Amino acid sequence: MTAAESLRILVWRRFSRNRLAIVGLTAIFLLAAVALFAPLLSPYDPTAINVYQVLSPPDASHLFGTDELGRDVLTRMLWGGRVSLKVGFVAVGISISIGTLVGALAGFYGRRIDAILMRFVDIMLAFPTLFLILAVIAILEPSISTIMIIIGLTGWMGVSRLVRAEFLTLKERDFIAAARAAGAGDARLILRHILPNALAPVFVSATFGIAGAILTESGLSFLGLGVQPPDPSWGNILTSGKDNITVAWWLSVFPGLAILVTVLSYNLVGEGLRDALDPRLWQGNEK
Amino acid sequence: MLAYVLKRLMLTVPLVIGITLITFSVVHLAPGGPVEVETEMSMKASAQARENLKKLYGLDKPLHEQYFDWLKRLLLLDFGKSFVDGRPVISKIAERIPVTLEINLLSLILIMILAIPLGVLAATRQYSIFDKLSTVFVFIGFSTPTFWLALLCMILFGVTLGVLPISGIRSIDTAGMGGFEQGIDHLKHLILPVALSAFGGIAGMSRYSRSSMLEVIRQDYVRTARAKGLPESIVLRRHALRNALMPIVTILGLSVPGLIGGAVIFETIFAIPGMGQLFYSSAMSRDYPTIMGILVIGAVLTLIGNLLADISYALVDPRIRVRGES
Repeated sequence: MTAAESLRILVWRRFSRNRLAIVGLTAIFLLAAVALFAPLLSPYDPTAINVYQVLSPPDASHLFGTDELGRDVLTRMLWGGRVSLKVGFVAVGISISIGTLVGALAGFYGRRIDAILMRFVDIMLAFPTLFLILAVIAILEPSISTIMIIIGLTGWMGVSRLVRAEFLTLKERDFIAAARAAGAGDARLILRHILPNALAPVFVSATFGIAGAILTESGLSFLGLGVQPPDPSWGNILTSGKDNITVAWWLSVFPGLAILVTVLSYNLVGEGLRDALDPRLWQGNEK
Repeated sequence: MLAYVLKRLMLTVPLVIGITLITFSVVHLAPGGPVEVETEMSMKASAQARENLKKLYGLDKPLHEQYFDWLKRLLLLDFGKSFVDGRPVISKIAERIPVTLEINLLSLILIMILAIPLGVLAATRQYSIFDKLSTVFVFIGFSTPTFWLALLCMILFGVTLGVLPISGIRSIDTAGMGGFEQGIDHLKHLILPVALSAFGGIAGMSRYSRSSMLEVIRQDYVRTARAKGLPESIVLRRHALRNALMPIVTILGLSVPGLIGGAVIFETIFAIPGMGQLFYSSAMSRDYPTIMGILVIGAVLTLIGNLLADISYALVDPRIRVRGES
């Protein structure tokens, strides 16, 4: 067993001892499976209009009722789940990549490069994120790919600070001096020696980031700035919930619960991961 | 202290310049740019009309000249004129800022008076039922989409119970009311928006207070205070709490951009005529001068929040002051 494998086992052992985190992880897998198999699970078409069953309350044929166009809410939520999943992962993929790159360069090279990059981070952090997102959406057309990219482009600053901090301490360690003495170049030092050791906080913040991206997407879609009707998303189902607030409570309640459960699951896993990866919390009894 | 404040102010200048650069780039590097918006409504706009418009906004000049022209006008607080109604952007923003600041300040106060005691109590009773319950609350608070919670509250308090107004900042029929009644009416309109915009912050802040308090409780000087026989309440209040509160000041400053950004959602939901709603409608109508103006002002407000947090941190913690001056 290599050192990396044994560390992974250690982390998993700590993580699996956290019951809430396991509940969250199970929920994430279930939600992902349901979203993936949405076309197989629902007999209805998410965009098919049925004028004879407008705003009908939940019953046996429509478990979560129908919306103002007679579409099955549960089906639209299943398809909306795919949107949330996609937005969460793509947006976080973008922000993690940028954040890691910026943080690695700033932490490794220090001095001027560090000063310039970190001032840029400060400037980006000064903008209320939602303002920046809205400004860009105003210029480009709102669509699912626009918001995925925008959420990614406005969410990397925290990651870059974390990665930079890891790099600052790691690059002073003896094994880096040894690797350099053995002739490793900058790229090799960064990619092979420092980065793998700096990834723990990145994983944690990626997990929280997915939760945040899903929340942001639903908020934007709710405001009509994200996923455009007739394509379903949890956020834009809630918009019809608001429009029919006095007559159709089911339009407001179920999609919101779906967002809450999904985001909560990612947050629980993130918290579990953070505790499991934090060596300061490891006590002597890890046998 | 003065030296520290001055130094901190100097550090803000390049940030403000960066903010204007990013704002300018976001709007001007977009495909089409501002002129397309004004002419796309009327397909008949001739090439000549486009050129005239470009000249009017100075868009025929090279980008860097445009930027410096814009920056010069910004220094004079001239944000240009709105594309929508031709009024100066600055006066449009000025009439919207007070209600946004009012809601944000009230929710900051609400966050502080609820979250800090919550976090401190949870920390002093670590692993108790209360601690566990508050942890659950924190997680749910972090994970709840607040616009959804707003929707549910509107259904419950506005529609089902009918006890609270759910839109605007005053009733339509305020004419017959006295000043006091008008104030009450206004406050009633603010209850839901303030409570909801504070909701997420309460969760976050109570978590911070808890961990800050837990950290302080383990310090040597707290053990010393206990060892010399002081009653627990004095140890907690005088030795632990005062030190635990210091980092919280910074967190308060950092929560400003989230609150301002959140205004977009709350003001749109509750039809509150503030900066967030103005930004939303400007974005919808692609009113570039207003968008740029609000971006700059929103970011500068954030910087002011951070500045105030840093200065008050230095006030309560002499160590920062000394380090900052040397």
